[in-house]
Amino acid sequence: MSEKEPLFSSKNLRLITDPLNTNNPITVQVLGICSALAITVKLEPAIVMTLSVMAVLVVANVVISLLRKSIPPRIRIIVQLVVIASMVILVDQVLKAFAYDVSKQLSVFVGLIITNCIIMGRLEAFAMANKPWPSFLDAIGNASGYGLILIIVAFFRELLGSGTLFGYPVLEKIGLYKTGYENNGLMILPPMALITIGIIIWVQRSKNRELIEEK
Amino acid sequence: MEHLFDIFVKSIFIDNMIFAYFLGMCSYLAVSKTVKTSMGLGLAVTFVLTITVPVDYLLQNYLLKAGALSWLGPQFADVDLSFLSFIMFIAVIASMVQLVEMIVEKYTPALYNSLGIFLPLIAVNCAILGGSLFMQERDYQSVAEATAFGLGSGIGWLLAIIGMAAIREKIRYSDVPKPLRGLGITFIITGLMGIAFMSFMGIKL
Repeated sequence: MSEKEPLFSSKNLRLITDPLNTNNPITVQVLGICSALAITVKLEPAIVMTLSVMAVLVVANVVISLLRKSIPPRIRIIVQLVVIASMVILVDQVLKAFAYDVSKQLSVFVGLIITNCIIMGRLEAFAMANKPWPSFLDAIGNASGYGLILIIVAFFRELLGSGTLFGYPVLEKIGLYKTGYENNGLMILPPMALITIGIIIWVQRSKNRELIEEK
Repeated sequence: MEHLFDIFVKSIFIDNMIFAYFLGMCSYLAVSKTVKTSMGLGLAVTFVLTITVPVDYLLQNYLLKAGALSWLGPQFADVDLSFLSFIMFIAVIASMVQLVEMIVEKYTPALYNSLGIFLPLIAVNCAILGGSLFMQERDYQSVAEATAFGLGSGIGWLLAIIGMAAIREKIRYSDVPKPLRGLGITFIITGLMGIAFMSFMGIKL
């Protein structure tokens, strides 16, 4: 290597920006759907979940990237699971200590970050083959791409389903109920999360024709 | 006996892993292209769930829960290891999957070949870990209840993926808007199936 690559070269920046749109973990790579759907009834848990996933993914990606040369390929899945699981235990304990209500709302889904395919997927596809700094950026990028979708879905579900944002009664304040508007109870129920993501995919792919699938 | 049956039916229809909790979505979306492969994966998931949930139940109640170690002696009565449960559960699941893979390979090579890559992938299927975590959260009273729950959840997952695969086989012949093809329409159909499954919610068990 003759010249040292700058920390924020354009190649490194693409690691952050790509997952936000053209290589989004949820709508394009189809990873980590499970948790994305279940905790998007309200904005607050969605944001807490995004931060937890980001913390786990960043640490796991950097650790695996540092260890990548010393992990024997045959047992790499177990090593990855141990790193992820220890991080998740930490996150779970922190949430229980400082945000108990949200931790109750997230229930089993904090534990399920372990099997969140985004994390395993990024470790396998990126951290095993790259240096720590790009892995760090890749983790930030993918966690934000995941969070972006989570927050969009949670925004619509909370606004249309309960008429609030972060628990603040927006629709009541602007006086929409007096005109005969009512909350759509269906938005709170699980199936609408799937349909909302379906619609997001539809919008994204009609803007970005390259992503359209063959039959 | 009756309440075991209740738990079984409840976990198939009302608390369906896919439609009510979205667990195991990744492999559900990736594999539900043909009925045959989804049948294989569904059976494997059912099998692993039926084994891991009771094993994790025993671990939870005789090792991890607060006071669970009191069978060792009174000095262990206030040991609480429940913060270790994630790592214990995932270890049990990973080793069970490995074990199941070896047994199936040895005794029924035909089934092993038809399942192929899906068997090892079950270890990272969130439906399996989710099953154990729900068992922990709902606090079932006996091994039999935990087994009924594991078996029921597995069958519910199997039903959902086979239904989805059957619909996707037919939808190949219809004219879906281009940007919606593939993933998009699959999400929307799953949502509609979920709404249909919600009609079971009224059943009191």
